Amino acid sequence: MKILLVDDSKTMRNIQKSILTQLGYTQLEEACDGQDALSKVGAFGPELLLVDWNMPNMDGLTFVKEFRKTDKTTPIIMVTTESERSRVVEAIKAGVNNYVVKPFTPDVLSQRITETLGKVAAA
Amino acid sequence: MDAKYITPFIQSIQNVFATMLQLQVTVQEPRVKQGASCTYDVSGIIGLSGDVAGSVVLSFPTGAAERVASLFTGMELTADSDDFTDAIGELVNMVSGGAKGMFKDRSVSISCPSVVTGKDHKIASPKDVPCIVIPCDTDCGELAIEIMIDDRKSATEAAAAAALRA
Repeated sequence: MKILLVDDSKTMRNIQKSILTQLGYTQLEEACDGQDALSKVGAFGPELLLVDWNMPNMDGLTFVKEFRKTDKTTPIIMVTTESERSRVVEAIKAGVNNYVVKPFTPDVLSQRITETLGKVAAA
Repeated sequence: MDAKYITPFIQSIQNVFATMLQLQVTVQEPRVKQGASCTYDVSGIIGLSGDVAGSVVLSFPTGAAERVASLFTGMELTADSDDFTDAIGELVNMVSGGAKGMFKDRSVSISCPSVVTGKDHKIASPKDVPCIVIPCDTDCGELAIEIMIDDRKSATEAAAAAALRA
């Protein structure tokens, strides 16, 4: 499974990579903001995206809206410090499939990925 | 500054450090900061905007910052390491994001983090906004949260109420 990690923090991408590698996911690509992600999705062809919200150049919400103009189905999990209910609703409306609030444990991230992929497979 | 803006930062730093670093944070009595210099030599900074405006600084002595960043990344880092400022920035991002999510009836956005290092560095703030320092102790060393918050919504509401009375 190809997974694109979109986060401006290299530390956070490394933490996510470490968790995903332990879960058996090895086809991982990284992007440091929304613009970088948009430039990589075509060539990489992700089957799942983990996207931060607050990033320079293009934030995660704008990226999701742009990405959803051409791809309605590839699952997106937003991984962010934005925990307010209104933000979660905004993200879901933009096309996010699931939501992880930072800080998170490896178990929570793993559970959300399984849950998200399960729902997509069942659809 | 209202205590309703201090408690969320205490809860958030304890949550972030426990979850990401397995590190307990003991908090001491908050106090008003005197002078403009940051408490310690490494500062992770986040700006707040929206119903409240201001900034949040996670201030560390260099040694404590290196130990915390190393624990967070799982790599031995010094202040000169490439990933050091990124790690400190992500920590202040998580602490600030978690805290603002606990603000009641206030819609707040946070900026991307920046990190400043150096002895006695200063971070400018509006003169009429007090800076509250929350001293913290951890097994990696001491650190402090510095909070400067201007409750704009409250000021607007007070001005509107005064105008209605006039």
